[in-house]
Parts: sequence; C-alpha cells; structure tokens
Amino acid sequence: MTATPHAATPSALPPIETPEAQDDVRLLVAGQWQLMWWRFRKHKVAMAATAISLLIYLVAVFAEFLAPLPRDYYAADYTFAPPQGIKWFLENEFGNREFRPHMLGYTVEIEAVALRRVFTPDPEQVIELGFFVDGLEEYRLLGIFPTRKHLFGPKDPTQPFYLIGADKLGQDLYSRLIYGTRISMTIGLVGVTLSLVLGILLGGVSGLLGGTVDNIIQRVIEFIRSVPSIPLWMGLSAALPDDWDALKRYFAITVILSIVGWTGLARVVRGRFLSLREEDFVMSARLDGVSELGIILRYMLPSFLSHIIASVTLSIPGMIIAETSLSFLGLGLRPPVVSWGVLLRDAQNVRAIATAPWLLIAAIPVVVSVLALNYVGDGLRDAVDPYSR
Amino acid sequence: MLQYILQRVLLMIPTLFGISLLSFGIIQLPPGDYLTFYVAELSAQGEEVSEAMLAQLERQYGLGRPWYVQYFLWVRNIITKGDFGRSFTWNKPVNDLIWDRVGYTMMITLLTVVFVWIVALLIGKYAATHQYSPGDYIATFVGFIGLAVPNFLLALLLLYYSLKFFGLSPAGLFSPEYQDAPWSVGKWIDFLSHLWIPIVILGTAGTAGSIRIMRANLLDELHKPYVITARAKGVPERTLIWRYPVRVALNPFISTVGWTLPELVSGSVIVSVVLNLPTTGPLLLGALLQQDMFLAGSFILLVSVLTVIGTLISDILLAWLDPRIRLS
Repeated sequence: MTATPHAATPSALPPIETPEAQDDVRLLVAGQWQLMWWRFRKHKVAMAATAISLLIYLVAVFAEFLAPLPRDYYAADYTFAPPQGIKWFLENEFGNREFRPHMLGYTVEIEAVALRRVFTPDPEQVIELGFFVDGLEEYRLLGIFPTRKHLFGPKDPTQPFYLIGADKLGQDLYSRLIYGTRISMTIGLVGVTLSLVLGILLGGVSGLLGGTVDNIIQRVIEFIRSVPSIPLWMGLSAALPDDWDALKRYFAITVILSIVGWTGLARVVRGRFLSLREEDFVMSARLDGVSELGIILRYMLPSFLSHIIASVTLSIPGMIIAETSLSFLGLGLRPPVVSWGVLLRDAQNVRAIATAPWLLIAAIPVVVSVLALNYVGDGLRDAVDPYSR
Repeated sequence: MLQYILQRVLLMIPTLFGISLLSFGIIQLPPGDYLTFYVAELSAQGEEVSEAMLAQLERQYGLGRPWYVQYFLWVRNIITKGDFGRSFTWNKPVNDLIWDRVGYTMMITLLTVVFVWIVALLIGKYAATHQYSPGDYIATFVGFIGLAVPNFLLALLLLYYSLKFFGLSPAGLFSPEYQDAPWSVGKWIDFLSHLWIPIVILGTAGTAGSIRIMRANLLDELHKPYVITARAKGVPERTLIWRYPVRVALNPFISTVGWTLPELVSGSVIVSVVLNLPTTGPLLLGALLQQDMFLAGSFILLVSVLTVIGTLISDILLAWLDPRIRLS
C-alpha cells in the first residue's frame, strides 16, 4: 500500500452516491456506522430481505401464538389428509352470501384394497375460522403469559384443521412448520455464535502472533476445508448416543456444525488483523503507549466488527442448510423435536411424495430464509466498506 | 515444476494422516466395538461363534488393545493388504462393498466438475459482456437460487415432477431391465440417460458460485488497456474476448476447484440418497445408521483421500498452466 500521509483531503475521497451526496458536509462528518447504514439502505433487495428475515425470526419467537394447534397434537384418522383450503364466503340461512372464512371437513373412507384413506370434502361439515380464537391447550406466550389465544384457527378447536395438509400421524403440517421455524432458525444462530467464538479466538491468535502458531492454525483450517463436510458431519452425528435427550442432541449438532463453521470466520478475522496491524492509526496508538489488548479492543475491533457481522450473516444460511440436510437423513435432530429438516424427512422417498406431495411444502421456508439471509449478508458486505467505490 | 509437485505431495502427507486419524476416530466413537456387534449379530441369527474365530478376529484388528495400536493395525492392514476391515451388517469384507460405489461417486463428481466449468464459463462470459442486461440479472438470480436451494431439495422436486408428469421415477443409474445385465451398448445408453440427472442437480450449486467468480474476473479484465488495444487493432469482438480476457479470467476460476470438489462430494452423498444411486451415499448412510463403523469409516476415509488427491491434481494443473504460481 502506498498511502501518502496527507492524502486525506476531501477531494481524495471517492464520492458516495447516496441521496445525501449533495450535502457534502454531512457526508464528511458522518460516522462509519452512519455511512454503512446509508449505503445498506440503498440496496433495496437487501432491505426487503432484512424485513423478511426479521419476520421469520418473529415467527420463531411467537410460534405458539401463530400455530393454531399444539405441536404434538395428532389425529390418527386424518393420516395424510390433503390441504383443506380456505373458502371465503358462506351462504347464511336467508340464502345470501356472507363473508365468513371457513374450511370443509372430510368424510373419510378406507379403500378396501390399498388400505389407503380417501378424503372427500363434505359440504355439511363447515369449520369456521376466526382471528384470536381459543386453542386446545393453554400455553405461555413468550414463556411468561398463560393464554389460550391463537392468531387464527378454527373457532371450535376440536374440529379438524389441515390448512396445508397432514403428515403420516395426522398432524397439521402448517402448525408444525411454524414450530420448526424456531428450531431451524435458532440452530443457525447458536451454531454461528459458537463458530464465531472459535473463529475470533483462533483467527485472532493466528493473525496476532504470526509465525509457527499462525502456520499450524492455517494448516488445520486447510485440512478441515479439504475434507467433504457432509460425510464428516454424518459420521460425527451418527456417533451421538441414542439416549441423549432433545436438548443435548440440539447442542451436540450445533457443535458438530461449528467444527467446520469456524474455519471461514477465522480466515476473515485473521485477514482483518493482518491488514489492520499495518494501519497508521494502530501504529499511532502503539506509539502512544496503549497496551496490546487496549489496541485490539479500542481501535482494531470497532473497525473490523462490521466485516465480522457481514460474514456471520453469510454463514447462517449454510448452518440452516446443514441442519436440514442432517435431519433429513435422520442423523440430525429427531422427533419429537420439530425442525424443517425433520419435517422433510417424511418426504424422503418417491412413495411418500406420490401420496402426500404437500409434505414438500416444508422446503419453502428453507429456501425463503436461506435466500433472505444471503441477500442480507450480501448487502452488508457491500455496505461495510463505506469508502470503497 | 518437478520440485513444485514434490513439495505439494509432501505437504499432502500430514493431511492424509489427519484424515486417517479422523476416520479412525469416527470408527471408534460409538460405544462398544466391532466384535461385540459381530457376536451379537451372529447369535441373533442363531449361529455359533467359535472361540478360535473370535481369537483370530481379535488378533487381526488388535481389539482390546490401546487405541493407537488399533489405529496402527488398521492403517497397516489398509496400506499393506488393502484390507479395510469387515462390515458386520453385510458380513463381508469392506473391500467387496466399496470400490464400485467409490468409482461411481468419483465419476459423477468429475463429470459434474466438467459440467460446472462449461456452464459457468459460457454463462459467466455472457453475464460479463452483457453487464446489467436482463440476461445478466437472470443469471445472477438463478445463481442465487442455486446457492440457496440445497441440492437434495432439487432432487426431491425433480422426483415429484417426473412422477407427476411422466409417471416414472428418475431414481437410480440404470433402468430395472439393465440393473444386473452385463455392459452393452444398450446399457451404456441407458446409463447415460440416467447420469445427467444427478450431474445437473449437483452442478447447480457449484455453477452458481462459479458463474459469479467468472463474471467478476472477466469484468476486471474487460476494461484493461490490452483489450482496448486489441479492439483498436480491429480484432473481431468475438475472437478478441475468447482469445485474451477469457483466458486470463480462467485462472482463478480453475483454482477454485480446490473448494468446489469437497462441496460436490458432500452434495453427491446426500443427493444419491434421495435419487437412490449406487454410489457411496446410500451405503454410507445405512452403515452410519446401523453403526457399521468399519464400513462407514472406510467410506469417509476414501472419499476424503480422493478429494484431497483431486485437489492436488487441480493445483498441479494450475501450476502447469500458470508459471507465476509455481515460481512464487
């Protein structure tokens, strides 16, 4: 780098094309985070993706309220019941069409030869839907407030409700998708947090100390990255004891995912350390007699924090896909825990897909959340260097 | 050049050592050892287990001895005798089970690499030369979708739609009538007509990343003075693009095979479970679910070793193509 000491005149700064750009003074006095925000805001797709991601996390937080039925509620009579679909208008006793959202119940017959259930919508069984209806069981909203209310659902909670169909136990797929959101979305967060701790620690040590330590850590990273990750994950999670409870298994899976996950973040951290070490402001701090730890926390950390945030966002989708894949194979989370991968496992073979194609709906939230988080990460990555281009 | 190859091969040794340790660790992780399972399995089938046989097996695999002795014996058996241990679910030497499957896995992976290169080269070049055109946006969007949709989901969707519209299942690598038939022209044609499905499915994720790399590389090159010079000289645009900037942009593109290869192998394991291909995937999954650890460990070992070797070959090719790499 050939930085001249007096290059920081306003004209040397490349222009940033924000709506505020006309207001040069504002731009020059704006802080780093302010500039990043202006730049991120320009990326319309990333803004929309951020909204979608936040919405998905809200679904995870309020799962009990949003899901019409309890998580483990099942009705064996309704094995593989097809989606009911909402009808909006109902004829009242005077023969007028009224706006009353409802669904039709099913008459169930068992086919003699194939022993398969045949569902025919029954116009006699009207299942009226409403907002803020009482559910089957009491639950605690946010784990605190006991209530029975659900955002929407059948007015009579004992009536069958299969908005997007049922699985092999006659469980409502829609409710289970919502519960699955909680597990699938948090496993990404927990896994990334763990990877981040490891990544910052090892990447930081690597970048700070250099020399032999750096060399060893870099070789380890190269090694881990050269091994195909799915067979490795499969091998490790297959070795988890069968008698572990759901929570233990959940954390074990996040640990397994982080074994590969930390390497990417460690690389980013090390790269930032190496480039910042040479910066003028770090040198001045050192000459001022600031301690090494002080330099890292006070001066270096704030200037690469944004890069870390961007890479963290970009690595969450990978974790979500990994958990989905493992659970899909039956090696990750297991029922009664509900995640999108666990739900997709029901759709593993051709026969299941032929009988109940709606089981594939569980793929939609995976794709949407992964796409959204990818776009958020992309926007952040573009925004973190407010002085570039 | 020779020195570079030698250096790279030497660097590979610690990696191979690490992989063998890791695979052995996975074999050892579940509680109980191979012998306990084997005896339980045999007695469940009502067979007698002779003392002599037990003692022989115990000696062969060093069971009951410290783990490093077992590890040493395991590695020695593989290197000197090519003996990977026994699969207790199949009651066969692992050797009899894996080679066909590893072969198909490698074949599918390599063909996928070629597919990814060709598609990414063509689309990436188009996206770069037509920057900000609708085609460019579509390519970027398709690329993002390819990254976001796990490829086993693509495989599931494909199963669903081919079932719905054609009433057939594209699973497997052969039609039933050719399953056990000897190789013939008919079987080859049948094989090729099944082969493209996993290749395309596996390829999407890799293609997405590679298109972006190709596009970015080419965009960097397109505005360099040598391109303008060539244009000023009157070289036809088509010849110009292919002869100069594309060749320069291709370099970093090839070097990414180092990380696409592990990804493709990873992906092929899970896609082949969905499509029920005769590759490592289904057998590895079955072995892991039944804790048939010698079989599972051998698969993980072989797949990883072959991936590392593949990466090595691509590095050497790259050094051969670009003198700057082997000299620095």
